[in-house]
Amino acid sequence: MSATALRWQIGLYVLLIVLAVIYIYPFLVQVATSFKTDAAAAADPISLAPQPFTWAAYERLFLNSDFPVWFGNSVVVTVFVTAGRVFFNSLAGYALARLQFRGRGIVFAALIAVMAVPTVVLLIPKFLVINQLGIYDSYAGMILPLLVDAAGVFIMKNFFESIPPSVEEQARIDGAGTFRIFWSVVLPMARPALITIVILSFQGSWNELSHFVISTQSPELTTLTKGVASLASGQLSQGSQFPLKLAAAAIMTIPVAVVFFIFQRRIMNASEGAVKE
Amino acid sequence: MSALTSAPRRAGSSSPGIRRGEAAAGWLFTAPVLIILGVFLLVPVLMALWVSFSDWTGRGSPFSSNVGFVGLDNYAAVTTGGGLAERDFGTALRNNAWYVLLVVPLQTALSLFLAVLVNRAVLRGRGLFRTAFYFPSVTSSVAITVLWLFLFSASGAVNEVLSWLGINGPNWFSDPSGVVHNLLGAVGITSGPAFLTGNTMLGVSWWDWLAGPSVAMSAFILMAVFTTSGTFMLLFIAGLQNIGADVQEAAMMDGANGWQRFWRVTLPQLKPVLFTVLTLGLIGTWQVFDQIYTGTQGGPGKTTLTPAYLSYSSAFLSQQWGQGAAIAFVLFVIIVALTILQRFVLRDRPVSRRRLRQYEMPAQKGVQR
Repeated sequence: MSATALRWQIGLYVLLIVLAVIYIYPFLVQVATSFKTDAAAAADPISLAPQPFTWAAYERLFLNSDFPVWFGNSVVVTVFVTAGRVFFNSLAGYALARLQFRGRGIVFAALIAVMAVPTVVLLIPKFLVINQLGIYDSYAGMILPLLVDAAGVFIMKNFFESIPPSVEEQARIDGAGTFRIFWSVVLPMARPALITIVILSFQGSWNELSHFVISTQSPELTTLTKGVASLASGQLSQGSQFPLKLAAAAIMTIPVAVVFFIFQRRIMNASEGAVKE
Repeated sequence: MSALTSAPRRAGSSSPGIRRGEAAAGWLFTAPVLIILGVFLLVPVLMALWVSFSDWTGRGSPFSSNVGFVGLDNYAAVTTGGGLAERDFGTALRNNAWYVLLVVPLQTALSLFLAVLVNRAVLRGRGLFRTAFYFPSVTSSVAITVLWLFLFSASGAVNEVLSWLGINGPNWFSDPSGVVHNLLGAVGITSGPAFLTGNTMLGVSWWDWLAGPSVAMSAFILMAVFTTSGTFMLLFIAGLQNIGADVQEAAMMDGANGWQRFWRVTLPQLKPVLFTVLTLGLIGTWQVFDQIYTGTQGGPGKTTLTPAYLSYSSAFLSQQWGQGAAIAFVLFVIIVALTILQRFVLRDRPVSRRRLRQYEMPAQKGVQR
């Protein structure tokens, strides 16, 4: 390697490392600050070594606030939404990929049109319907509207199309019904796509804010995102209290981070349908 | 999208008897998705459309007999009313327009830059770098906003770093001053000419339209770039990997340097991805809500108010449901219009047959890859 090429190479790595530090350092600061005292957080906002080290923020969150309730609600909603999306999205995906029925083209076109509607525009509309159905401020109102998503249907449809039809033909000749074929033959083969749906719905419902803002009001139905947002805007706290807020945000990030690091490769390949702003 | 729109293919050739009941199953299987999307998406849009033409105050049903039809009054109130509603809507549009104008090019350029950097075949640890750049994209916008409020607080990390460079950082999230006005102020221009200050659009003077994003909004702009560049980087990486190496090699043979190869060879082939990234960017940046709800609620001085947040706050906080719904529909139209405009600008221009022939490489036919 010539001297110039080597210099280019070193420059590239230096640049990449600087950029990576800029992207990751904020999260390290977040964790470090959650163990600092309020005064230390303000005095030394950059250091990664809390001096003095304190669990005070976490103690307050878990023993002296509604944080455990928020966490519980997020878990409940995420579990139901994920289970629902896995089941309903794959059902519809299978029908669109394999079953011949009149109107399939229309269903397909309708789903594509649905994907184009911006979610923020739907805040007031969704509230109106949830309210009219009498499920405002209930788990039903939080979970039902999130149970299916058009993007997930397409992921499943594309996967089912890649499975050779001969597998199903065999089961059909053996006398299995359509649902039986779907459930016992095709679905077990779709594991990679199912994992993708699980990850995307987990991320989506765990991080969801606006839907819970418009579908609930009682404190006992507050999710993590809504609770932490109320902490951040100072509705529940006096002063800046950054260690407390950052501890709450850090705990909220942990499940997503764990899933991310386990399924990294899959997440990075499946991200095309999951763009977040 | 092309994969999605491909024609359905008939599965096998089996006897019709075995396939009986498939139509019923097809509808049954798609029913949950259709019902839920219909009830929570299609019906809501129609209901909201009605509300935007009504004087509903949030009490009782919007369809009860004491709710009146007011025609375009709500739309008029936010666009030509001359009151606070119009000024707030104008301010929100101004804020969001600057946000879009800065975030979309920055996020696109940065994500393309990151993708080109980490896509090198010889790069060691590229998985590590990709992970680092992508991680902010998977974390919740609420958590990132909380973190941002801390990093950009008066005594926060960002101002600490700026102080090393001898810069006295602002109190970011409480500073309503416009960045363009500040730059003009630095060269001694503190008030605009009369034709800018005297004339208004949507209740906001031209001089204020040109104020630039406020310092507070700038912090949100940086945050958007930080959280989205990783996602778009992945789209660009996928696009880069679809480009065959042979064209690059051919260009190299012709003596094109790295810069020329990027502009003349790589970038044109990335056009479909570029289109996707720009479209998703435009759609996303006109919908800023979570960050504003969590962080500033539109303050300071309404300089972080966005149409999405204004729509929410008009309806849910001020009980102006008709206006809130009207703002949502105007926002919808803006997003759709920009997407169409962009499709038009970036469309594939027809290339004449003669011109096309110049690009074809007859030698390639026999070459095995």
